[in-house]
Amino acid sequence: MSSPAVRTVAAVGERTRRRPRIRVSRDGLSTLAFLLPMLLIFGLFSWFPIVRSLIMSVQETNLVSTPTFVGLDNFARVVADPLFGKAVSNTAYFALLALIIGYPIPLVLAVVMSETRRFKGLYSALAYLPVVVPPVVSVLLWQFFFNASPTGVFNTMLGWVGLGPLPWLQDSGTAMPSIVLEATWAGAGGTVIIYLAALLSVPRELYDAAEVDGASIWQKIWHVTLPQLRGVLFITLILQLIATSQLFTEPFLFTGGGPANATLTVLLLIYHYAFQNSLGGDYGMAAALSIMLAAFLGVFTAVYFRLTRSWSTTS
Amino acid sequence: MKLRGSTRRRRSALPTGRGIISDSELHRPRVRWTLRLIHGVTLILLLIIGLGPLLWLAKSSITPTQDTIRTPMSLWPHGFDLGTFARAWSQTHIDRYFLNTVWIAVGSWFVQILVATTGGYALSVLRPRFARVLTALVLATLFVPSIVLLVPLYLTIVDVPFLHMKLINSFWAVWLPAGASAFNVLLMKRFFDNLPREVFEAAQVDGAGPFRLFWSIVVPMSRPIIGVVSVFAVIGQWKDYLWPLLVLPDPNNQPLSVRLPTLQPTTQLDVFLAALAIATLIPIVLFLVFQRMFLKGGDLSGAVKG
Repeated sequence: MSSPAVRTVAAVGERTRRRPRIRVSRDGLSTLAFLLPMLLIFGLFSWFPIVRSLIMSVQETNLVSTPTFVGLDNFARVVADPLFGKAVSNTAYFALLALIIGYPIPLVLAVVMSETRRFKGLYSALAYLPVVVPPVVSVLLWQFFFNASPTGVFNTMLGWVGLGPLPWLQDSGTAMPSIVLEATWAGAGGTVIIYLAALLSVPRELYDAAEVDGASIWQKIWHVTLPQLRGVLFITLILQLIATSQLFTEPFLFTGGGPANATLTVLLLIYHYAFQNSLGGDYGMAAALSIMLAAFLGVFTAVYFRLTRSWSTTS
Repeated sequence: MKLRGSTRRRRSALPTGRGIISDSELHRPRVRWTLRLIHGVTLILLLIIGLGPLLWLAKSSITPTQDTIRTPMSLWPHGFDLGTFARAWSQTHIDRYFLNTVWIAVGSWFVQILVATTGGYALSVLRPRFARVLTALVLATLFVPSIVLLVPLYLTIVDVPFLHMKLINSFWAVWLPAGASAFNVLLMKRFFDNLPREVFEAAQVDGAGPFRLFWSIVVPMSRPIIGVVSVFAVIGQWKDYLWPLLVLPDPNNQPLSVRLPTLQPTTQLDVFLAALAIATLIPIVLFLVFQRMFLKGGDLSGAVKG
């Protein structure tokens, strides 16, 4: 799998080897008793389904008839589906918009917040608050805010500054950006907290040294803070891309993929294949598309870490 | 890895108060006032964006429907009506869905804690010969996107292999898969790894067996991490939507998150907004009570995910 996985496995192995083993008992049975819940739960609900999804992707399976081996047929049918291209480009579009709108905001917020000397807790609590709101509640609430009539919440606010009204979710051009706005609101707080922790780990001596060299505040941010955050910035970027490529709840509840499939994402398509098929679930196609997405993410992550390794490990 | 190291450095860096801007720079009036301005604007923006929608929800849930539709942003509507909460609670049967949510969250919490503590204990303290392989297998699942599991896991719930049980419409369908959290197991294992081995040895000399050691030594010493995992387990379950939607098709068993979207078309707006407010209450209260856990947890999750 990807190189960070391998590296972490190695790290875990190393630590285990170094510490002397404690003989608690010679009774293997009690060890097994403690392992049992994990083995059962992971076996049935994690390891087995992972293997099963690989098998299902090369089978025609619909719960009714016995599964038959069809080779790569499911993959071919997914790729041939005209909605497949649409879903992929929509998901990529969402990821790109979320990157442009959603990626810089937490960083700027965290840098500003880390310089406060009073009410630090208040700032971070406010930034984090939307994260704990259940996604379904935020979507239903924002759906009301996005009301396209001139008396909708956002359109009223736009009216105060002489803009709008915008069609928000009802137009294929503005639907996706609207969803990105809500998703950014709901997710930014978590990233702010990660950056705040990382900002604290920047060695203070570096700032002192930069000042001795006559650096201004902006120069310190540009030449000390951001380079020191590189590692974290790379990780949050890839985590965000992985998360945005699995977008489901927002388009599912906001628009159901509409208008005119403008917000149909890959996950929504998988859901359609498996659970909203009038001919019974096509689980093979759903599994094939899931595996294609997972494989893409795996390869993308591996390449990404290979490319950024030389920049991110020197700190 | 990299982040793990930074956690350690962070503690030593904490006492020195300065950040990017030095004290001498702060004494310059221009810097001081610009900074105050930026902080003031940020605070106001955070209040509007972070707290605003929730305050709006609180206000509108007790505002007559017509006012909310016609002038959603007015501060003083024509009268308030606290009865919406009572109507949402009893007439729309939010009480039932609320209890379902609580019950689902409690069960998932129990399974998650059981699997994570016993599994972490076995892998970290008892350490059988194949512990390293098992740890690697658990770790590997972290790298599989959850979407890969969706369909096969659903089919597993429809017909549990070897046992041949159908768990659809049963809370077990949510409880049991929740336990398969590699994040929890590894977090617990890492915490147990750092407990002082001398205490275990002393307990052994006093004749404690593996069960006694687990229950009387390891669990009490691990209260902080069990608390963290518990709070995140409950909030995570409260927020979950897709999975309970798939495995609990019977409305009588569905949690709030699944029920709310289907209630929307048939419920009056003020009552519906009251229902939304009720669904948000518990996570917000948990967050306010356990704030430190959430706001310090950032680097924790980052370290394992990375």
